[in-house]
Amino acid sequence: MAFDYDKWLRPGKLPHIWCPGCGHGIVMKGLIRAMETLQLKKEETAVVSGIGCASRLPGYIDCCTLHTAHGRAAAFATGVKMAKPEMNVILVGGDGDGTAIGGNHFIHACRRNIDMTYIIMNNYIYGMTGGQFSPCTPTGHKASTTPYGNPDPGFDIAKLAIGAGATFVARGTAFHANQIDKLIVEAIQHKGFSVVEILDDCPTTYGRRNKYKSVIEMMNRLKEVAVPVKAAEKMTAEQLQGKVLTGVLYKEVKPEYIEEYAKVIERAKAAK
Amino acid sequence: MSKKVAFLQGNEAAAHGALYAGCNFFAGYPITPSTEVSEVLSAELPKTGGKFLQMEDEIAAMAAILGASLTGAKVLTSTSGPGLSLKQELIGYGCIAEIPCVVYNVMRGGPSTGMPTGPSQSDVMCAKWGTHGDHPAICLVPASVQETYDEVIRAFNLSEKYRTPVMVMPDEIVAHMRERIVFPEPGEVAVTPRKTPTVPPEQYKPYDTSFGDVPPLAAFGSGYKFHVTGLNKMADGFPTTKADIVQAEEERQVRKVDANIDDIVTFEEYLLDDADVVVVAYGSTSRSARYAVNVAREQGIKAGMFRIKTFWPFPDKQIKALAGKVKGIVIPEMNLGMCSLELERCAQGKVPVLGIFRVDGEPINPDQILAKIKEVK
Repeated sequence: MAFDYDKWLRPGKLPHIWCPGCGHGIVMKGLIRAMETLQLKKEETAVVSGIGCASRLPGYIDCCTLHTAHGRAAAFATGVKMAKPEMNVILVGGDGDGTAIGGNHFIHACRRNIDMTYIIMNNYIYGMTGGQFSPCTPTGHKASTTPYGNPDPGFDIAKLAIGAGATFVARGTAFHANQIDKLIVEAIQHKGFSVVEILDDCPTTYGRRNKYKSVIEMMNRLKEVAVPVKAAEKMTAEQLQGKVLTGVLYKEVKPEYIEEYAKVIERAKAAK
Repeated sequence: MSKKVAFLQGNEAAAHGALYAGCNFFAGYPITPSTEVSEVLSAELPKTGGKFLQMEDEIAAMAAILGASLTGAKVLTSTSGPGLSLKQELIGYGCIAEIPCVVYNVMRGGPSTGMPTGPSQSDVMCAKWGTHGDHPAICLVPASVQETYDEVIRAFNLSEKYRTPVMVMPDEIVAHMRERIVFPEPGEVAVTPRKTPTVPPEQYKPYDTSFGDVPPLAAFGSGYKFHVTGLNKMADGFPTTKADIVQAEEERQVRKVDANIDDIVTFEEYLLDDADVVVVAYGSTSRSARYAVNVAREQGIKAGMFRIKTFWPFPDKQIKALAGKVKGIVIPEMNLGMCSLELERCAQGKVPVLGIFRVDGEPINPDQILAKIKEVK
């Protein structure tokens, strides 16, 4: 039997705003399959986002949804989760939203290790505003504000998350659609702050400026650069040149913030 | 039974007022001269299971309280000038998404870093015009430690009643001076609960105006699922660009305050019945003004004071009435003329508005005010 996505979608809110060929819909379907697998309760699940194309995702999902201001998803979500720890809190957004204007909130959310999951759709560009370069746009590439090629070096989101203290970090791609839900399931099950980066495509504002002739070509690139972490173990540095590791990149057990704050409450009550 | 009495600083009183009002979630960022609020609440909130968060920046603190408020928590943040500037975008978010919260801002010198330990009253315009777009504004300006305590409670109540951010803005003198304070008994001061939905979840709309200008707000995690956005929205909370809906919603948001001015605006009238000269003052400056008015009376000058307790909405009606009765208005304030602009607007040229403006980090003293009172012919 075909998977019933409609069960998780708000009636009357489609069609979505995403362009033909955009991978955000693939990620949304992955998230829905993950929520179904985990049998999350809609009323007990908050989906929180910032601003941008990817951040429009919560509006389509039939849960408690919070479309915040540009870059602020992690800070709003921290308030939701700390005030109501029994809720599942899932953050979604794009690379510009999460690592530029929201960069400070992102690294501190990783550091605190509150039990939430952050899905970052990395399409290397600010899509909604028409294709300006983001902190993830590769050096030399074209954007509407880098007509002579991007002089900036880019962030590696997964490394940034690991360095900042996230306790579960995974990466997938919009091409590897069937892997997305599995990564998200594992991320949500992980106790602590989990980050899932999904390499995505923006044919409208990124692809056409960087000589991708079609969406299929962009998807094929994602297929070609992705190397599962296990396979990478058997490859030489030369073979890994230009490749991107996918799968669960990092996992550790560290004290979770809400559990630690519960101890603060106990100590405060004892000190009364 | 005698009431509990303490000798407290304005900032400490603010923290205790918040606790009385039922505050169970605070997020802040260290900033002079408001940090004592954080220090008190970091110790007190966990005692009753409340949450205290020190966030990575001022913006994050504002975001965290808005997120927490959506789960039904009663929330507070505290800051000062530069922090208030940083929080402005999300104060606007609280206005358009209609999320109750209290922002406590201690006024210090500015702009920018200015004079972090000096008193000022130069954030009063920022309280109304700081965030972009049309929006409701409520701002309370206490003049004593007791009043800071009382007004923080009132701020929580107004915030819940009108489902909008409310600011409490003592100047640094009020925030840091120590005075006797008498704590009300539990239940003595009314605490306004949030209006929550009575309809079943499948019928709930977060901006359903069939319940009036202030629609009930459900809590995330209470069985209701709904959408919240900073975009112009429809009754169901989803974005819209439909002209008639956007216009009506914008007007309703502002009307929540504008149609209830008499419920929100508070003030003190001191020796005004026969006054020829009125000193309009607020915050610590009103303490110098009261002294100056007393001295003027001793010298046979019919002076009085109108003390603003609610800066926004502005007491237009009262000032307009005074302008028709007195020969002149004196306005001492620790900025270069902010309240005076509002007074000139309300006076409509009927009487002169004489300002005493100090931004040197020193309080305005009674002699300055007395001299200005004498300038009114």
